Amino acid sequence: MSESFTKGMARNIYYGGSVFFFLIFLALTFHTVKEMPKRDNRHNITEAVERGKHLWEKNNCVGCHSLIGEGAYFAPELANVYDRRGGGNEVAFKAFFKGWMNAQPLNIPGRRQMPNFHLNDQEIDDLAEFLKWTSELDDNNWPPNIEG
Amino acid sequence: MNTLKYQSQAVAKPYFIFAMLLFVGQILFGLIMGLQYVVGDFLGGIIPFNVARMVHTNLLIVWLLFGFMGAAYYLVPEESETELYSPKLAIALFWIFAAAGVLTILGYLLVPYSTLADITLNHLWPTMGREFLEQPTITKLGIVIVCLGFLFNLGMTILKGRKTAINMVMMTGLIGLAVFFLFAFYNPTNLALDKYFWWFVVHLWVEGVWELIMGAILAYVLIKVTGVDREVIEKWLYVIIAMALISGILGTGHHFYWLMTPEYWQWVGSIFSALEPLPFFAMVLYAFNMVNRRRREHPNKAATLWALGTAVMAFLGAGVWGFLHTLSFVNYYTHGSQITAAHGHMAFYGAYAMIVMTIISYAMPKLRGIGEANCNKAQVIEMWGFWLMTVAMVFITLFLTGAGILQVWLQRLPESGEALSFMATQDKLEIFYWLREIAGVFFLIGLIAYLTSFFITDKKAQA
Repeated sequence: MSESFTKGMARNIYYGGSVFFFLIFLALTFHTVKEMPKRDNRHNITEAVERGKHLWEKNNCVGCHSLIGEGAYFAPELANVYDRRGGGNEVAFKAFFKGWMNAQPLNIPGRRQMPNFHLNDQEIDDLAEFLKWTSELDDNNWPPNIEG
Repeated sequence: MNTLKYQSQAVAKPYFIFAMLLFVGQILFGLIMGLQYVVGDFLGGIIPFNVARMVHTNLLIVWLLFGFMGAAYYLVPEESETELYSPKLAIALFWIFAAAGVLTILGYLLVPYSTLADITLNHLWPTMGREFLEQPTITKLGIVIVCLGFLFNLGMTILKGRKTAINMVMMTGLIGLAVFFLFAFYNPTNLALDKYFWWFVVHLWVEGVWELIMGAILAYVLIKVTGVDREVIEKWLYVIIAMALISGILGTGHHFYWLMTPEYWQWVGSIFSALEPLPFFAMVLYAFNMVNRRRREHPNKAATLWALGTAVMAFLGAGVWGFLHTLSFVNYYTHGSQITAAHGHMAFYGAYAMIVMTIISYAMPKLRGIGEANCNKAQVIEMWGFWLMTVAMVFITLFLTGAGILQVWLQRLPESGEALSFMATQDKLEIFYWLREIAGVFFLIGLIAYLTSFFITDKKAQA
């Protein structure tokens, strides 16, 4: 680098640039959080959804599955499982979901194995409510198709 | 033989040794997971995939933190030209952090995760069960306490000593690390907010403040091994970290494309994260430039190799592989696929695992009283470790990239109804996963070679 460009100039670009762009980041964050209610259906967060989220976390579901593409890539995406497995119908989804959870582990030799988490009927219903609410989030149309 | 400039630098040694032990654990669990990708029921009832993954990623994070702390304890006294404020505190915090880390990992392995949540009273302040932040809340509090004590110790040292650019950048990076970790305690019921602020820990760590830590360590080692004027190296350091933060802060936007966020993030994220490879490219130019302009022939050839290697691999893994899927119209199809896994592996290895091994390579001979460098034979074995691990990681990344491209082709690009399901797609990727696992075994062999190098002494010199 040229001699006329000094360490002091480099340091000022570092401090000035970082502070400037961090402030822009904060402003955009402020705006994003203000806009979020239009997209996150927060009025539909019932107590069941809240309990469902805790169950999702308590059993480390994200350790195998992804939720809107974030998590592990070992098992299917679940933010749209309500649509994929229930066709968007609550009764159909809950019937499928209860059967699925209780059938674990499938014990098919060589197949990736989902553990049985020993959830009771109420808990399975709460988790289903959480997945239903999640499927209704406006996430800018991701994923590209139903397979997630 | 005592070869330390400041005696208190010795506290770095247990940090480095423990980091290496955890690194071994990380790789073993990586191999278990890699096998579970193809033999789905391998260890199914004993170590489910989610547990293995948690152990794999958490061990990585914790060993890197141990490495960063060891690096700071080693370089800050020398840069400040004074002894560490309190070596006793540093050792006490080592044991606290090590005990908390071991207990947490044992908790993951010995009881079901939900039981761990219950016995650690997660319901009082639920923070568990989110990717990379799986630690019980009490462990997270422990991490905060350790970080505060660590920053206090370093801060007091710098205050009474010389304030160099390397010291200030290292300190800013470490303070940033501690501050952004506080977002781990924010876990709102609303998933939209939860996910948004989760990235304040994850992205602003690895694509933000950790780059400052990496830059500071690299600058320190380059000054030592090349003897190039500090003014020149520190100028480069400022330029690189300026580029890193200017691109990386708004680059966070590349994680906001598919959240409950306004569309402008697709523009902001694409533009700024497209600039994120630049600091890494500058780092390559700078590392090679400094080594070419060296004013001395440092006997520690292995440390120089690591310093050059980390710059190149960080550029490839974080820069090139990051750019591959960072533009929003590409990311729409690749988000959460094996492409992400490919990028994650090479970026973490290249930027962070390798920078920790760079400082270990440089500092360990001095910490162990051997001198400026290990004997030639030990260095040759260490370099074997370097090449085996690095080439293995290149192949792991290539195989995962192959898997990712095929996955996107089969599962993401076709319309609903035409696309293969997730599980059907995974079956088609089997060959890539097998090859990745084989590359993983070579990585382990490289790691064993690397660790063996610490036990090789020059018998002739002793005799």
